[in-house]
Amino acid sequence: MKIIVCLKQVPARDAVLRINPAGTWVVSADVSFEINEPDIYALEEGLRLKEKHGGEVVVASLGPARAQQAIKEALAKGADRALHLDDPAFENLDAYGAAKVLAKALEPEKPDLVLTGLQSDDLGFAQTGVILAELLGLAHSTIIMEIQAQGASLRVKRELEGGWFQWLELPLPALVTIQSGINKPRYATLPGIMKAKTRPLKKLSAADLGLTPADFRPRQTILKIYVPAKRAHTEFFEGSPKEIAARLVDKLRNEARVL
Amino acid sequence: MMPDEILIFAEHAGGKLTRAAWEAVSAGQQLARDLALPASACIVGHVGAEGLAPLPAELASADLREVLALDSPQLAEYTAEGTARALGETIRARQPRFVVFSHTYQVRDFAPKLAASLGCGLISDCLGYRNEGNRVIFVRQVFQGKFSADVEFAGPSPWLVSFQAGAFRRDAVRRGASPAKVTAAAVALDAAAIRVKPGERFREAKQAVDLSQAEIIVAVGRGIKALEHLELAKKLAEALGGELGASRPICDSGWLPMDRQIGSSGQTVAPKLYVALGISGAIQHQVGMRGSKTVLAINKDKEAPIFEVATYGVASDLFEIVPGLIEAIKKAKGS
Ligand SMILES: Cc1cc2nc3c(=O)[nH]c(=O)nc-3n(C[C@H](O)[C@H](O)[C@H](O)COP(=O)(O)OP(=O)(O)OC[C@H]3O[C@@H](n4cnc5c(N)ncnc54)[C@H](O)[C@@H]3O)c2cc1C
Repeated sequence: MKIIVCLKQVPARDAVLRINPAGTWVVSADVSFEINEPDIYALEEGLRLKEKHGGEVVVASLGPARAQQAIKEALAKGADRALHLDDPAFENLDAYGAAKVLAKALEPEKPDLVLTGLQSDDLGFAQTGVILAELLGLAHSTIIMEIQAQGASLRVKRELEGGWFQWLELPLPALVTIQSGINKPRYATLPGIMKAKTRPLKKLSAADLGLTPADFRPRQTILKIYVPAKRAHTEFFEGSPKEIAARLVDKLRNEARVL
Repeated sequence: MMPDEILIFAEHAGGKLTRAAWEAVSAGQQLARDLALPASACIVGHVGAEGLAPLPAELASADLREVLALDSPQLAEYTAEGTARALGETIRARQPRFVVFSHTYQVRDFAPKLAASLGCGLISDCLGYRNEGNRVIFVRQVFQGKFSADVEFAGPSPWLVSFQAGAFRRDAVRRGASPAKVTAAAVALDAAAIRVKPGERFREAKQAVDLSQAEIIVAVGRGIKALEHLELAKKLAEALGGELGASRPICDSGWLPMDRQIGSSGQTVAPKLYVALGISGAIQHQVGMRGSKTVLAINKDKEAPIFEVATYGVASDLFEIVPGLIEAIKKAKGS
């Protein structure tokens, strides 16, 4: 089975984010990046399927030069090769734009299965994977918590709201978006890290893919980002831990009446 | 071409219009009023399927121009392909200015496909919008709620927009003076066009704990850092006489069983007191706990979204605050 895992880098979870002077995005210069959490689970799922059924895992990442760090991590964990989609014209793409570029890069690969995370921790569109499926003409399903490969089809467990699930059957080729928690992702090993250096990494620009900006023109534009206005009337407590504890106990007893 | 309008997608499950359906109606009605456009709603399914027959009429009680019931035996069960086809045909024919959805699991599954197949944009998971003259600007969260973003459609309509759970209130739905016209429309759908075969819906083995009845819940998030620190949260729960709950990553990593997870994919709780320890307050967590009467949040990040739903807030390191709090509670209870 030929599996392609799409993964992107997002600012690290504990990064202190500052809004850029134009107010349009965050300053990325002094921020550390990591692989988007659901994408880590998608990669792990791809590696497990390969280990069980044979084949190849290719990672595809769209992003600037720093995305190579994410790609190397994926190769160190066991991916066989990588596609790095990098072009100044790919900056700040919306979900449609990103899916369009990915589709162009994935098409000639003719994958049996494409895995993506269900959404990103930065933009949170929850769209790229599904649009990619549509552009590639693949059957798809989303928010997947288990995959069983059965010959020419997949049986997947889709998460529904409120603790419900549903099994679905998809013919291959297919695309599924992966939910965090589907598996226990592995760590890269030292031999893995060494081996990663020898694994092929292909860089693809817009020109390489035969794309011009008109092909991935945005369908939505972020005008500005800002700290949300506080609506709540939260009462904050400050002071020494002891003072805070005493005042909280007073509140819990006399206002909330739970003590 | 049909006159300009707002089209609303009304979701149903188990033979009922869902809360999300009414929230979408509420959002669509408000947008329609602001833009001085009529609103119509659309329901997708098969009338022969259990429970569906009365739903269009129920929807028609809302102040709407028309209720469209898109019908095919192939739509008896939800599939992304079936729904995207049926809605796509309708949207192509009617050319509404906006199509309004609630950002549910089902909508996440088909709406991006629908938008791509129509060649139009989808702004997903919005909190609301502002009508600024000729521009409608949508507000949505980025970075898991740390920031908000103002987003505008680029390119021509139809424009697809989905709103977050609770962004619009179902009790704000305006009822019509008389029922809206219901139009049944058969959709020609070939069984072969639907490649994904849905199976039964199920729950995992019976839940061992029912947190929905708990009066006090101490919930831990990733801020607890390590499995061994759970003991601290347990002690606080014990001192308060409450149950232990958790955010999803804690259950994902197996530190607590799934049935202690609170949020959109876990349990919905409404205790008298909800203590959130090191939980950022992502929307998927908030929907499971915002019915709590009193919320105490302890999070070292003062900007964490959890403080938006907190009654009391402590913006400090939980490891500095919780031990003293446990002692103070024990003392207060002993006295
Ligand atoms: C489809 C879908 C369904 C989901 N369903 C659920 C669900 O049902 N339930 C759920 O919870 N999530 C759910 N999620 C995940 C959700 O989006 C968040 O990722 C998750 O809730 C974050 O968990 P957290 O707050 O524990 O972790 P984080 O977001 O990592 O937050 C950790 C917090 O701890 C604070 N912190 C760190 N150290 C300390 C310290 N020493 N003292 C005090 N504070 C500290 C940090 O400031 C931070 O705010 C779902 C996501 C998706 C996409």
